[in-house]
Amino acid sequence: MYQQETQLLSRVADSLYWTSRYLERAEHTARLVDINMGLMLDKSAISEERRWRRVLAALGYPRDIEWNDDVHSLVYTLCFSTTHAGSVISCVIAARENARQIREAISTEQWQRLNRLFHDVSRLRPESPSDTQLSEFMPTVIDGVHLFQGVTDTTLSHGEGWQFLQVGRFLERATATAKLLDVHQEEVFAETGDAVDAYGYLEWIGLLRTCTAFEAYCKVYTADLTYERILEFLLLDAEFPHSIRFSIDHLHQSLDAIQQESLGQQAAELMRVSGKLQASLGYAQISEIVAQDPARYLRRILEQCRLIHDLIYEVYIQYSVQTALAM
Amino acid sequence: MGTTLLRGEFDSRLLREYFLDDAYDEMFTSNGVIRPHYAALLKVLSDLPSEELQRRKQSADVSFLMQGITFTVYGREEGTERIFPYDLIPRLVTGEDWDRIERGLTQRITALNLFLHDVYHDGKILAQGVIPREIVYSCQHFRRQMRGLQVPRNVYVAVAGTDLLRLNNGEYVVLEDNLRVPSGVSYMLTNRRIMKRTLPYLFHSYGVRPIENYTQALLSTLRSLAPEGRPEPVIVLLTPGVYNSAYFEHTYLARQMGIELVEGRDLVIHDNVVYMRTTGGLKRVDVIYRRVDDDFIDPLAFRPDSILGAAGLFNAYRSGNVTLANAFGTGVADDKALYAYVPAIIRYYLGEDPIINNVETYLMTDRAQREYTLENLQNLVVKAVGESGGYGMLIGPQSTAADREEFRRRIEVNPRNYIAQPTLDFSRSPCLLEDGTIEPRHVDLRPYILYGDKVTIVPGGLTRVALRKGSLVVNSSQGGGSKDTWVLG
Repeated sequence: MYQQETQLLSRVADSLYWTSRYLERAEHTARLVDINMGLMLDKSAISEERRWRRVLAALGYPRDIEWNDDVHSLVYTLCFSTTHAGSVISCVIAARENARQIREAISTEQWQRLNRLFHDVSRLRPESPSDTQLSEFMPTVIDGVHLFQGVTDTTLSHGEGWQFLQVGRFLERATATAKLLDVHQEEVFAETGDAVDAYGYLEWIGLLRTCTAFEAYCKVYTADLTYERILEFLLLDAEFPHSIRFSIDHLHQSLDAIQQESLGQQAAELMRVSGKLQASLGYAQISEIVAQDPARYLRRILEQCRLIHDLIYEVYIQYSVQTALAM
Repeated sequence: MGTTLLRGEFDSRLLREYFLDDAYDEMFTSNGVIRPHYAALLKVLSDLPSEELQRRKQSADVSFLMQGITFTVYGREEGTERIFPYDLIPRLVTGEDWDRIERGLTQRITALNLFLHDVYHDGKILAQGVIPREIVYSCQHFRRQMRGLQVPRNVYVAVAGTDLLRLNNGEYVVLEDNLRVPSGVSYMLTNRRIMKRTLPYLFHSYGVRPIENYTQALLSTLRSLAPEGRPEPVIVLLTPGVYNSAYFEHTYLARQMGIELVEGRDLVIHDNVVYMRTTGGLKRVDVIYRRVDDDFIDPLAFRPDSILGAAGLFNAYRSGNVTLANAFGTGVADDKALYAYVPAIIRYYLGEDPIINNVETYLMTDRAQREYTLENLQNLVVKAVGESGGYGMLIGPQSTAADREEFRRRIEVNPRNYIAQPTLDFSRSPCLLEDGTIEPRHVDLRPYILYGDKVTIVPGGLTRVALRKGSLVVNSSQGGGSKDTWVLG
């Protein structure tokens, strides 16, 4: 029987990678904003300004960003602004645009699911910041992304294309969790230390919830929240899907599968870097990290993630033609 | 005969605005008697509550929207997406009519391919004066680069979409041949899918001939054109990219055929061999089903400012290392002035009379025909020879004096660039309107013809509808829609 050899265009790999990165980012941003809106309802130990500056820092905005004391317009910008590239709606649009350029590489079910998410989100977009209503928007985004992942897993062959979707998702997730821990490390942990009052407790629940980790954490450590345990759980837990270690494990597995599918590529350095990061998380102990410099440790992880991104591009997407012809 | 409203036994709420005049009506004879093959359809539509019909129409619309079968209307901040207008009432073609169409189109594509081979090799038809040399050599789509070049199986046009109209007496005629990069076949296929879901029992009861094998037939046509020595060719579809209005179709066909959809930037040409950039390095490409126009496909051979093509592609093609379908330079055979000579082309190469006739056409290069045209502009349609999509046209009866003056000037400046045809009162087919009633609207028919190791024409094609009342323009860019076409028995 006749069969075309399976192969993946570099451009398609690139779009798959960004489709899932953007969806992961949309989900994370939506949840982060939602949870902080919820935390604002309670009397809080920190000011609104501090809270939202922390949210912005966790999303990677510069720290000296101007604060104009208007939470509603900020939330509107973070969720609905189409001129602002990092907003939830912009991420959904970017994911859909990437998917639209590779319509033939993803399943019809995936495309329809993503297309529906886009239409739902567009419909829920308020006319102006003062009408901002999140009660329907947030679950729409989060469910939409989850459904897309489910449809992806059940309708797309788990070949190289699927692996690139995994890579985008887990690289984005590891990065987002590391940034989130980094800002909380400065703000929450640094202040409250080990003794938790009611206000601090609320903040820590917020942190865990942002990673959908509260229930999973309780199953392991009970509702007893301590700095070290939270850090250990979100950084080093091997089984929880939002922990950095879990994300890097899956990232490494997918990179390994891609390397095996696309024979003959020069992926040794990429595999070395991701393998080293995976191993270092696997063998790390939380007491050591805390005793040394947790902030530095988190920033090292972020650097490694950036390097992995660059190497993926160098090996699979933007390689030079001359190199490829020589092989 | 003027316009009359339909009366008698059909004078129901559904047909209260239905009218008949000189134009051929697909559903009723001129006396208002229903044509037998439409009877079952009308009965089902009459029996359905009108809300039910509207409900099904809405669910079909949602289905189009969710599948992303849309085009973008610019103007608002983020661009609004609209679905292509779509009519729920199928156009019915009897098996007898279809068999004749099929024979006529097979004859036509065969003759046109022989013509293209001749024009780019010995030029016998020109030497013998059957067609004036000037008509061919002055055509803007004539590609000198193709002279003497051998193409696989001598197939120049592998995929064609020929536009047919139906005249007052019911006769099908060819309005134009689209021999470069015809589009719309994905709408033919998705219309069918939606219709089967919307009116399943009716569809079943009609015993409609299937069209679903189109993509498989396209794939085997492309495979039959692979360069020699490439028994398992890698076939790709070359698209201009996501901003092209037919992009949905490109992705659809690539996915249905299981071939790679590539853009110019995915291709690398080295030593006259075409490769695509994959994550596993460079992979050789053997056949390119290209949906990019000649002009844009290779900046080295054609337009140097094109960023849609790949540099060096034409030389790889010349070397016989890759096949492009369609070949370059096929546009010389669908030039609107050359169109007038297609009956002569059929007689010259096949020694047969055309099975499907042309529309009467006046050549502006001929003095007598030009003078006739200039005197009768208000009754004629004038078309620029190299344009398509309903652009560059004057529709005499609907034009202003200023429009006519403008075209008169243009014709006098460049007679080779224009032809004229009578304003055709082509056939109308029943369409469902927003208010739930049915009225007739003008339709054409574009069957898709595949020409490789054999000719394949899936029964039917894309029926395009001029949805605006009185309009004669069926192009989607100008208020046209489409409907499913059922070839019976």
